[in-house]
Amino acid sequence: MRLVSPKWTQRIAVGVLGAATLATLLILLFIIVFVLEKGLRTICWNFLFTDPQDMGRAGGIFPTLIGTLLLPLLALAVALPLGVGTAVYLTEYTREGRLTRIIRFGTDCLAGIPSIIFGLFGFIFFVTILKMGWCLLAGGLTLAIMILPTIIRTTEEAIRAVPYSYREVSFSLGATRWATVVKVVLPNALPGIVTGVMLSIGRCIGETAAVIFTAGQALHLPHSVFDSVRTMSVHFYILAREGISAKNAYGTAAVLIISILLLNVTTYWLMHRFIGRRT
Amino acid sequence: MSLNAKIRFVQLSLFYGAFAALKRVSMTMAERHITALIGPSGCGKSTLLRTLNRMNDLISGVRITGQVLVDGKNIYGPGTDVTELRKRIGMVFQRPNPFPLSVRDNVAFGLRVAGLTSRSDVAPIIERSLRAAWLWDQVKDRLEQPALDLPLDQQQRLCIARLLAVEPDIILMDEPCSALDPIATGKVEELMLELKKQYTIVIVTHNMQQAARISDVTGYMLLGDMIECGETAVLFTNPQDRRTQDYLSGRYG
Repeated sequence: MRLVSPKWTQRIAVGVLGAATLATLLILLFIIVFVLEKGLRTICWNFLFTDPQDMGRAGGIFPTLIGTLLLPLLALAVALPLGVGTAVYLTEYTREGRLTRIIRFGTDCLAGIPSIIFGLFGFIFFVTILKMGWCLLAGGLTLAIMILPTIIRTTEEAIRAVPYSYREVSFSLGATRWATVVKVVLPNALPGIVTGVMLSIGRCIGETAAVIFTAGQALHLPHSVFDSVRTMSVHFYILAREGISAKNAYGTAAVLIISILLLNVTTYWLMHRFIGRRT
Repeated sequence: MSLNAKIRFVQLSLFYGAFAALKRVSMTMAERHITALIGPSGCGKSTLLRTLNRMNDLISGVRITGQVLVDGKNIYGPGTDVTELRKRIGMVFQRPNPFPLSVRDNVAFGLRVAGLTSRSDVAPIIERSLRAAWLWDQVKDRLEQPALDLPLDQQQRLCIARLLAVEPDIILMDEPCSALDPIATGKVEELMLELKKQYTIVIVTHNMQQAARISDVTGYMLLGDMIECGETAVLFTNPQDRRTQDYLSGRYG
């Protein structure tokens, strides 16, 4: 005789799975509420749009806001064409073989490397050997290398998910391989590519170690890509680590959370509009 | 049948690696006629169809010997522009496969790929193609709607309109009705008879009644061999080969 009837096994399974989901949601919610509760009060017009005073003890976070905007943008501007290009080449222009497997294995390994290693590389190569110094450019290039594997792999997956029949039709209508990639494959892979981009932006925004090593931590607005910048994550880290101002640290964290939320919401909204138009 | 030979297969063999999918096939297909290819699954009829627009090129390890002449020119000869060839030879696939775009953008696809992008140039071609595919009246007010919202038979006719826009002179159909119900099939068959006035059509079908209803010439294939081909009426009523007889009377397999 069974110890527990199938009906009860089913109930227990549903209960356990539901509880796991609930726990995940609650932890997430708790973190967000906790940070917002501590930081939301600090946020005001002056906090967002004025320069910091006294190392961040007073004043706002405007330069770090700009730094957080520019650094991922620069990283994406470099990594997106390279990554999408690589993914298209691997999936559409090469036959599956030893070489593509090695390349794919390589990108997977690259994706697993801790960010501090990229930071160290960026510091030695861009900052020191290329004599860029701590600057936006060095930081952007370092982050670009860091997110490249993610972009390649997510783009590859997205491209693979485009039905083969679309390509067949495209070829049968006299499209070249390039026209097929541009007009059929990439538009249909776009949602997947955007997901990869979102993940990458998230990683860039949240990165501290690699950024401090390469973009520095200057607390003023950059005037060129050769100026040092500080991102919100770095600012937050320094304020908290050095005990400068817990209040402003929480304020910065709250702004960070809200920006990521806004970023996600806008992207999803745009995607739905875009896909709604296509299908 | 000494009509204008649009297509000629001359001792055509095709190998997937070591496997011979087509064995020294020779056949002539007349201009503005419907030629049907029938035979059991895996007999090579789709492969034969796909040699015409060189879709087999996309598969690795395919080797071809012999010739395929279109308008007297070997399309496997050096200097063949495969892209141009595919514009001249359109293809309808087994499942209706419109792109996830609007009706208009589907029909315009081949034109855009060919570099024709101005809306005023494209619009008349879209209308003409949709009319030729007997779809204009159903979709003229819904050109901006997603093509995938159309019923299946309209989707298949949209696919036909899409290839007509590129102005081919040969249309290949790979079991174009297998995803459609009998009524929708009837509509597509009627359309094929109309299209034949202007185009040379080659159709692969599992449906013997369909071949009998619409084709002028039928070829029966088995394991890569062209067993018998001839006028449809003759082949169906008086097959010369024992194997054709068996297949037509349902005694095969």
